[in-house]
Amino acid sequence: MKVDALETLGLHFALLSLFAIGGAMAVVPEMHRQVVDVQHWMTDRQFADLIAIAQAAPGPNIMVVTLIGYQVAGIGGGLVATAAMCAPSCLITFFVSRVFDRFKDAQWRIVVHAGLVPVSVGLFAAGAFVVARAADRSLLAVVVTLATAAVAYFTRLSPLWLFAVGAALGYLGWL
Amino acid sequence: MTDLPAAPLAEAAAPAVPPPPPSLSELFRAFLLMALHGFGGVLPWARRTIVDDKRWMTPQEFNEAFAVAQFLPGANVVNLAVVFGGRLHGAAGAAVALGGLMLPPTVTMIVLGALYARFGDLAALQRVLGGLAAAAAGLLAAMVIRMGQPLLREGFLPLVVAALAFVAIGVMRFSLPLTLLVLAPLSIALAAWGRK
Repeated sequence: MKVDALETLGLHFALLSLFAIGGAMAVVPEMHRQVVDVQHWMTDRQFADLIAIAQAAPGPNIMVVTLIGYQVAGIGGGLVATAAMCAPSCLITFFVSRVFDRFKDAQWRIVVHAGLVPVSVGLFAAGAFVVARAADRSLLAVVVTLATAAVAYFTRLSPLWLFAVGAALGYLGWL
Repeated sequence: MTDLPAAPLAEAAAPAVPPPPPSLSELFRAFLLMALHGFGGVLPWARRTIVDDKRWMTPQEFNEAFAVAQFLPGANVVNLAVVFGGRLHGAAGAAVALGGLMLPPTVTMIVLGALYARFGDLAALQRVLGGLAAAAAGLLAAMVIRMGQPLLREGFLPLVVAALAFVAIGVMRFSLPLTLLVLAPLSIALAAWGRK
């Protein structure tokens, strides 16, 4: 059972790694679909919890895969998920970046980049939307999300303060 | 590094003379520290360390390395470690930078994952995490706005592409690989067409 889960997890994340255009958030909806809807490894709430923990802790956002892997299959799951999510894209980056410098100013590279940027923005927005839908289970939670977005956008306040306020409101049972 | 007896000038000239490239162990240490500092994103710390503190890259070089990292699939800062480490020391450099960057957060996440598995069902913790999750979603929403703003200057079509990607993945929940196989070539073709 655990070995099956490890294999599925590893293969699935390794594939996703190749489609993470613009960063980790691009693959969050697909991850959510796989681990919550298809495999039933966790609930919607647990998924939102893990995203929140990964965001509040230091380190790249992609580290949520370690938490998901742990939730599915313990330490082995965490390590397999992390390696699967990094190895394919890192290998591509390593080999492609060596030839890429030559095409720094090539027209095709500028065009491909210009074409991928709007796709990656849309994917990031989709990731944020899926996270918000999983996280906001009450009207007040939606208000906290919107207020946090506004403060984060208009001020340079450290995200840690925003997390602290959210956590405190949650603890008081307002959400 | 040179024999010029120009001690008083040394400070003023410093930015022009790049320091020696870091050794493998320096590289590991630098990325390890970046990862430990990286509350709210590692990237600002990477820039500060590589460009400002150590002067291993000029801002221009950093931007180019980051453009490559962003362009290729994968987490941006993870790719950046591979590009930077690889440029300095080949495969060993890439592996060392990646290892330094990934070690602290992997350990942190495994510890947090274990705590969550054990205590995640406590009512008080559930309430706190619910609040954290609502705030986390808000931070992501703010990032979406920041990322989307430059698109507004690019005209109508890129916004349509972004909206299509959002609906296909976020609302319709289509498969990511299939969506990208359709949308990425379409968007690149539109970009090529727009440049003519």
